[in-house]
Amino acid sequence: MNVKRTEELVLAQSEDIVRARQTVRAWMIREGFSLVDQTKMVTAASELARNAVDYGGGGVVLLEQLLEGARAGLRITFTDRGPGIPDLELAQTDGYSTGTGLGMGLGGSRRLVNEFTIASSPGQGTVVTITRWR
Amino acid sequence: METIPILKVGDCLLISIQVDMHDRLAMSLQNHITEQVVKHHARGVMIDISALEMVDSFIGRVLGSIAAMTRVLGAETVVVGMRPAVAITLVELGLSLGTLRTALNVEVGMELLGSLIDASTGGAFRERQAD
Repeated sequence: MNVKRTEELVLAQSEDIVRARQTVRAWMIREGFSLVDQTKMVTAASELARNAVDYGGGGVVLLEQLLEGARAGLRITFTDRGPGIPDLELAQTDGYSTGTGLGMGLGGSRRLVNEFTIASSPGQGTVVTITRWR
Repeated sequence: METIPILKVGDCLLISIQVDMHDRLAMSLQNHITEQVVKHHARGVMIDISALEMVDSFIGRVLGSIAAMTRVLGAETVVVGMRPAVAITLVELGLSLGTLRTALNVEVGMELLGSLIDASTGGAFRERQAD
């Protein structure tokens, strides 16, 4: 698999969530994704960027343009240095939230993408990677 | 500070969201609408989201909260103009939007709002419209 192009953005405050989704939208349009695919990826990115800002104390988002054989994709990695998630399975359950949100962020964004991975350890932060193939 | 305009049209408030809202702006819109409902004794609120390219769980929750808060204050809220791609994404995200009333466009939304207000006031809205 080839990574053709990358871009990194800082996630510190709520304006950065808007900037992240606008950047993801621009990448999805450039890669020729359908409107529905664009909207799903942008929405998933918005959920995960918010998690990093609200629960992870900020972090970074990395966009990567992928080429694997004949197929092209976009991979987005959200990394924060927050308290981490002790129970990943529980955290991905719809409706489960430790904050004031709806608890749809993790489980919901997983349903909007083709590939979803999450790694977290207490005190070390959380890394979430989503990929959508065209 | 950046704000989203709220227009008063008769008994109703009309809001058209034209910007990609960050979370604090969405919260301030929620507060602003509830204040304006009380100030103008509004019976209905229509929120046009046709310019929104995405609605995530946060914005969805704010829209639901606005509807619940205005109802407590005696006004019905209808959200109009949701794009098809946004609707598809919202459902897959798992957001049902519960009791939030929606309509395809402003015209249908106005009709819905009228009948909702009528139901809560015994027909006063329609009678006044006909005057």
